[in-house]
Amino acid sequence: MAEPPLRPRRRFRQPSVIPGFGLTFGYALTVLSLIVLLPLAALVLRASKLGFSGIWEVATDPRVASALKVSFGVSLLAALTASVFGFIVAWVLTRYTFPGRKIVDAVVDLPFALPTAVAGIALAALYAPNGLVGEQLAKLGIEAAYTPLGIFIAMVFIGLPFAVRTVQPLIVEIDKEIEEASATLGAGRLHTLVHVVLPPLIPAVLTGFALAFARGVGEYGSIIFIAGNLPYVSEIAPLLIVIKLSEYDYGGACAIATIMLGISFLTLLAINLIQAWSRRRFGYV
Amino acid sequence: MSSASAVVPPIKSPPIQSDRAASVVTEGRIVRWLLIGVAIVFLALFLVLPLVTVFVQAFAKGWAAYLAAFTEADARSAVRLTLITAAIAVPFNLVFGVAAAWAIAKFEFRGKNLLVTLIDLPFSVSPVVSGLIYVLVFGAQGLLGPWLIAQDVQIIFAIPGIVLATIFVTFPFVARQLIPLMQEQGTAEEEAALTLGASGWHAFRTVTLPNIRWGLLYSVLLCNARAMGEFGAVSVVSGHIRGLTNTLPLHVEILYNEYNFVAAFAVASLLAGLALVTLVVKSLLEWRYADDIAAGARRH
Amino acid sequence: MTDRRQLSFSRLRELAAGAWIAAALSSGAFPSSALAQTELLNVSYDPTRELYKDINAAFAEEWKAKTGETITVRASHGGSGSQARTVIDGIPADVVTLGIPSDIDAIARISKKIDPEWRTKLPNQALPYTSTVVFLVRKGNPKGVKDWGDLVKPDVKVITPNPKTSAGGRWNFLAAWGYAYEKEGKNADKANAFVGELYRQVPVLDTGARGSTVTFAQRGLGDVLPTWENEAYLVFEEFGRDKFDVVVPLTSIYAEPPVALVEANVDKKGTRKAAEAYLQFLYSDKAQALFAKHHYRPSRPEAADKKDLALLPEVKLFKIEDLQGNWDDIQKKNFDSGGLFDQLSKAGR
Repeated sequence: MAEPPLRPRRRFRQPSVIPGFGLTFGYALTVLSLIVLLPLAALVLRASKLGFSGIWEVATDPRVASALKVSFGVSLLAALTASVFGFIVAWVLTRYTFPGRKIVDAVVDLPFALPTAVAGIALAALYAPNGLVGEQLAKLGIEAAYTPLGIFIAMVFIGLPFAVRTVQPLIVEIDKEIEEASATLGAGRLHTLVHVVLPPLIPAVLTGFALAFARGVGEYGSIIFIAGNLPYVSEIAPLLIVIKLSEYDYGGACAIATIMLGISFLTLLAINLIQAWSRRRFGYV
Repeated sequence: MSSASAVVPPIKSPPIQSDRAASVVTEGRIVRWLLIGVAIVFLALFLVLPLVTVFVQAFAKGWAAYLAAFTEADARSAVRLTLITAAIAVPFNLVFGVAAAWAIAKFEFRGKNLLVTLIDLPFSVSPVVSGLIYVLVFGAQGLLGPWLIAQDVQIIFAIPGIVLATIFVTFPFVARQLIPLMQEQGTAEEEAALTLGASGWHAFRTVTLPNIRWGLLYSVLLCNARAMGEFGAVSVVSGHIRGLTNTLPLHVEILYNEYNFVAAFAVASLLAGLALVTLVVKSLLEWRYADDIAAGARRH
Repeated sequence: MTDRRQLSFSRLRELAAGAWIAAALSSGAFPSSALAQTELLNVSYDPTRELYKDINAAFAEEWKAKTGETITVRASHGGSGSQARTVIDGIPADVVTLGIPSDIDAIARISKKIDPEWRTKLPNQALPYTSTVVFLVRKGNPKGVKDWGDLVKPDVKVITPNPKTSAGGRWNFLAAWGYAYEKEGKNADKANAFVGELYRQVPVLDTGARGSTVTFAQRGLGDVLPTWENEAYLVFEEFGRDKFDVVVPLTSIYAEPPVALVEANVDKKGTRKAAEAYLQFLYSDKAQALFAKHHYRPSRPEAADKKDLALLPEVKLFKIEDLQGNWDDIQKKNFDSGGLFDQLSKAGR
C-alpha cells in the first residue's frame, strides 16, 4: 500500500469530499478519552503523588526489581522462542503443502480466542509433576510448573500467534523471481535464504517479537496458575501489583503499573518505528 | 500506512502458493519435512495439548458429572453475567471500531499515528492494570468514588465495572481489524457514490460495509471471545460475589479453588468451545469467501 | 458479488443481532435491580466457602421463620487481604468475616466504614469460632514430620500461602515464629532465623490458602502443608483419606478469624437489622453446631455435636498477642512493607 502523497500540512485535516469526519473522529476521540486515556491518566496521577524519587524507590526495591526482572526477562526469552518457532510455522504454512495444513493454520490463532484462565489451569494440569508432560519432564529432572520455566511456557503460548501472524503475510508476498534469480546466479539455497529472503522479513519478525514481548510482560491469568509465585524467583510484576493492592499499598501498585505502562508504550512506539523504518527501507510493512 | 496490525490476527485470503518440490526456490525434501515436523510438534505441544487437556479433564468423570457443573445456580448466573457483559461490550466496541476506522482510514489528518498507537495501548496494558485503573477512578478511595457513593451509584464490584474493564481489554479489536481493510480499499468508491448523489450514510452502507463485512464479522467474533474470556481485569473489579459478579472465567477459578476440578474444567470447556467456534468460523470465512476477501484487498 | 452471498450476509447479520437480543432478554433485568427482597453480602476469606454455604442457608431459614421475610445472603471469597481491599474500595458488604483481625482493623482505619472498637461489639472478641494450624502430610508421613521443628529438615518441602495476601499464610508464619520463640527461650532473633529457614523450604507461595491446598493435594508438590485445621480435614474428606494424613503439632497457634459489621454500608443500604441478626446468628446453637461440623472450633462448644468436637484434637495453643503485643504491632512488625517477612525473603534469596 502506498503512502498518500505528502502535501504541505498546513491544516489539521486535508480536505475530502467524504463526509462524517467530524462525527466519527469526535466520537472515536471521546470514547478513547473516556475509556482509555482518562483512567490511565488517573493511574499516572496516583503514581505521580509519590514523585519521581518515590517511583524510583518502588522500582528499585529488591522485590519489585526482581519481579520486573522476571516479567521482562522471561518475556524476552519467551518472545525470542516464539519468534523462532513462529517463523518456522509461518514458513511451513505458506511455503509447503501438506495434509492438514489448514487446520494447523487455524490452530495458530487459538491463544487469541482461548481465555487466559482456561489456558492457565490447562497448562498447570499438563506441566505439574503429576501431569501428562510434567511427569515426563520430572523423569529428566526438569521441573516445569511452579518455576520460571512454567512462566516461560505460558508466555510462549500467548505470544506465538503474534510471531506467526506478523510474518506470514510477508512470506506470501515475497517475489519468487528474486529467489529464482538468486538460484540461477549460483547461490545455494541457504545462501539465498539468508541473504535474499530473510532481510526484508526482519522488520516483521521484530514487530512480532515486540508484540509477543508486550503481551508476555503484562500477562496474568494464565501465569498465576502455573508460576510458583515465589518472591525473587517466580513472582511476576502483575502479581506484585495484586499483592500491593491486598496490602492497601495503592501508591506502590500504581508505581509498578506506571512503570509497566511506560514500557508498554515504548514497545508500541518501537513497533511503529520499526514499521516506519521498514517502509522506507523496503517500501512495505 | 502504518496499520498492518498484528494486534489482532487479520482475516486474510489463505496463503496459497504453488509450490513444487522440484522448484529451485524451495528446500530439499528432508529439510521440508523436518521443518513441517518441527512446526507441527511445537504447535501440538504448546497449543493443542492444553486445549485437549481441558476437554479430557472436563469429561474425566463422565457426562453426568460434566452436565452437573451447569445445573448449579452460581454457574447459570455466571453464564448470564458473561452474556450481558459481552452483549454490551461487543456492540460498543463495534460502533467505536467502525467510527474510528472511518475517521482514520478515509481521512488524512495530523497525529494519526499517535491516535492509532493510543487505540493499540489497551492491548499491551497488563490486564491487572486495566482493572486497577477503574478502581482508581470509581473505587471508594478513587477520584470519582466518593461522589458516586453520594449518588448511590455502584460502578466497580458491579456490572458496570465489569463491562468497562471488558470494553477496555477488547478495545482495539474491531478498530484494528478494520483500519487496514478500509485503508486498502481507498476512498475512490465512496467518492463515486457520493458524486452520484448518495448520502454519506448510504455510501457507507452500500459501498464500504460490503467491502469490510468479513473482517467486521470476524473481528466481532474475536472481540466476543475475548470479552467472554477476560480474567485478569475483571478479577480486579469484580469483588467475586457469588451469583452476582462472577463471570465464567472467574467461576472457573472458584470451582478450581473448591477442589471441584471436573466442574472447573467443564465450565472451562464451554469457553474453550467458544474459542474453537471462533476459529472454525474464521477458517470457514477465509475458505468460503477467499475470492471476496482477496478481491476486497486488491480493489484499490 | 453474487446475490446469494449478499443474502447470506444479511441473514448472518440478523442472526447475530438476534442472538444478542436473545441473550439480553433471557438474562432478564440486571441481577442487582431484580432483587426487591433483602439481601446481605458477607465478604469472607478463602476456606470458608463450604461453611458459609450452610450458615447462609440456615440463617435464611430462621429469618423466614421469625420475620416472614425472604432473605438472601450472598458470599464473596478470596484471600483475606484482597477481600479487605475490596471492602475498602467500596464493595457493598454488610458484614465481613475475615481470616485475621488486622484485616478488619485495616478496613476500619482506611475506609472508616467499621467502628474501630469492633472487637468489643460481639461476644468473645468478635470471634464466633476459632481455629488453629495443623499439618497435612502425604499418607504414612514419609518424611516423619511431627512438629514445627521438622519443617526445616533439609529434604522437607513446605507448601504455604503468601503471608502478604493470605490470612492462613500469616497464621502459619506466626505459628512457626511462636513455636521457635518458646523453644529458644523467648529469643526473638532465633525465632526470626527459624522462620527464615522455614521459608527457604517453600517452593511455591500461592496467594490464598486454597491455592496452596490445590498445589499440595492436586498437583502433588511438597511434603507438608501447614494449614487451617478446618482446611486439613476438608482435604481429607475431598481427596480421600488414603492419600493424606493429618499431623497435629505439639503446640500451635490460637487462630482468630473475626467478624464485624460494616456500619457505613448497612446504614446506607438500610440492612442494619438483618446484618446484626446475621452476626448474632453466628453465636446461635445452630451456627455453632455448623462450625464444629466444618471442623472449626466453636466459641460455645456446648452447642455443638460431641462427635464433631471429638475430631478436634487437643493441642497446646498459644496466643500471638501474648508474645508480640497488640495487632497493630503484629501486622506492622511482620507483614507490612519492610517487615520481617520482607527482610527474610530478601535475605533468603
